[in-house]
Amino acid sequence: MAQTDNIVEARNIVKKFAEFVAVNGINFAVKPGECFGLLGPNGAGKTSTVRMIYGFSPVTAGSLKVFGRDIMTDARKIKARIGIVSQDDNLDPDLSVRENLMVYAGYFRIARELARQRTEEILEFMDLRDKAEEVVDHLSGGLRRRLTLGRALINQPELLILDEPTTGLDPYARHLVWQRLRKLKQAGTTMLLTTHYLEEASQLCDRLIVIYRGEILEEGTPLELIERHVGKDALELGVVPEQREAVTDSAAHLVKASQTLGDDLVLFSNHGRELSTAVNEWAERQGIPLSYQRLRPANLEDVFLKLTGETLEATQNERDAGGGW
Amino acid sequence: MGKAKHLLQGVTSWPDIYWPLVSKVFLRNMKVFQKTWKANIMFNFIEPVLYLWAMGFGLGVYVKSIAGLSYIQFLAPGLIASSAMFATTYEMTYGSFTRMSFQKTFHGMVATPVSMDDVVMGEILYGTFKGVLYGLVFFLVVLLFGLVKSPFGILVLIPVCLMAMIFSNLSLIWTSIAPNYDSFNYFFTLFVSPMFLFSGIFFPIQSLPVAIRFLPWLTPLYHAVELNRALVLGRFDGSSVGHLVWLVAVAALTLRLPLVMVKNRLVQ
Ligand SMILES: Nc1ncnc2c1ncn2[C@@H]1O[C@H](COP(=O)(O)OP(=O)(O)OP(=O)(O)O)[C@@H](O)[C@H]1O
Ligand SMILES: [Mg+2]
Repeated sequence: MAQTDNIVEARNIVKKFAEFVAVNGINFAVKPGECFGLLGPNGAGKTSTVRMIYGFSPVTAGSLKVFGRDIMTDARKIKARIGIVSQDDNLDPDLSVRENLMVYAGYFRIARELARQRTEEILEFMDLRDKAEEVVDHLSGGLRRRLTLGRALINQPELLILDEPTTGLDPYARHLVWQRLRKLKQAGTTMLLTTHYLEEASQLCDRLIVIYRGEILEEGTPLELIERHVGKDALELGVVPEQREAVTDSAAHLVKASQTLGDDLVLFSNHGRELSTAVNEWAERQGIPLSYQRLRPANLEDVFLKLTGETLEATQNERDAGGGW
Repeated sequence: MGKAKHLLQGVTSWPDIYWPLVSKVFLRNMKVFQKTWKANIMFNFIEPVLYLWAMGFGLGVYVKSIAGLSYIQFLAPGLIASSAMFATTYEMTYGSFTRMSFQKTFHGMVATPVSMDDVVMGEILYGTFKGVLYGLVFFLVVLLFGLVKSPFGILVLIPVCLMAMIFSNLSLIWTSIAPNYDSFNYFFTLFVSPMFLFSGIFFPIQSLPVAIRFLPWLTPLYHAVELNRALVLGRFDGSSVGHLVWLVAVAALTLRLPLVMVKNRLVQ
């Protein structure tokens, strides 16, 4: 019964808000011990998907099983075994850091002594000991996020759901969270992570799906996706629009894919150096000026660009208007 | 129309309540209350005490007797009820709305084994508790003024409790449809204040024009005021039973609505 070992199993799940389809029949499975990523721009349907998984929002159609149980009928039992870092901050602002953890332990009916012990462990693990007595309202965004993650660990969850855990954090705080997540993963915690930071996905996820407008565009490991769609390297070139096609054709045998990105042309290749040399020689011969060029490793952002023809930033503006709560 | 239908969806189903977790929600609110109760009690408490002074002693000089009682004696039992009413309605409107929307406390809770029904039930209990607490404190003031004439007086906590529960339910219903804080002004101006003035606290409802004399009967406050007066004076009769039945029935009948409405507002 290999299939039923999956921690999360989504079959054709659909989420509709009135007439609007936010998630349009997606399929995926999260295996024990892995970090599974949901990658997509704002409004892609990431939060809608995870909210169904933790039983907050009812599944419109399809079947969604967590730990082999139906989330629509067994939510309490399932929720007892998962930890949730939601996208929006919902810490208790009236309570101190320590109280937040203790009160949360109560919702899991963890015995007082054990709750106290875990609270201390979590304060230590998340580097919050100095702030234990501080009222949450006075914490910085980074500390709040750390506390939110710590709070999600109070029941020692088998599955950790992280909805954009590092959005809005500075690089230092982000790395701290990543480090902790890696430790948890080593300890065997299964994770489901949504993000629109491609670096985050490449750093943490074993497998991921790219979702866009409620549908899955691609699925695989970060490296697989990069190899499959864009190759190892990306060459960014500043060329006028009229010349773009000619430039691309000049080294067609080396170009795996191409995309325009603002004023630049991006060529993807498995042989970046050769491509760069070829293009430069050709441009010199033709007398076409290259105002700018940069060779860099290809990343998930490029995959995304390639798959959707958009950058993640370009879609940021379509922020969910009817978000509600 | 479609919206009302959405909000009432599932109203005929049995709520998903697990009492041990309801109590956790209640205790969370208690924990916050413990931090602020002094300022809190003063705020809700001063106003009725001022009324007792101003009306009871000030106006009482001119009003010789009302229904055979000194004015302050007539007034005091009603103010026990209104003190409870204000405590509950403030908590279940501004307070609950803050937890529901601004702080997303409810969202945090339901990410655990706690269900949304547990959360709202915990809120109702907390609102009821606050009403009873403020009712009790005011009862003690009335006692100090020497206005409690019967040992049955302490039983005012029963009607106060039932009434506070009804106000929890009604306030949460309003909260579930409130778009923002401003809308609570309507709630207080349209419902709470008129109730305060016309539910037999300051004058017997028999003084109202015949055509609208039935209106107080529709309010929970009126029934609690009448029962409180009867208990404080130790004079109850058949009509007291009627008031009690009214409170029990309405508390039970309105209980399902906030559970389903808050849930339908939040869960989409
Ligand atoms: N309660 C709601 N009512 C109506 N539409 C909604 C609701 N919640 C989300 N949507 C819509 O569903 C779509 C998907 O939203 P969702 O929050 O799942 O996106 P997301 O991938 O999490 O985006 P982000 O990166 O901004 O968090 C958006 O177009 C959003 O406007
Ligand atoms: Mg989201």
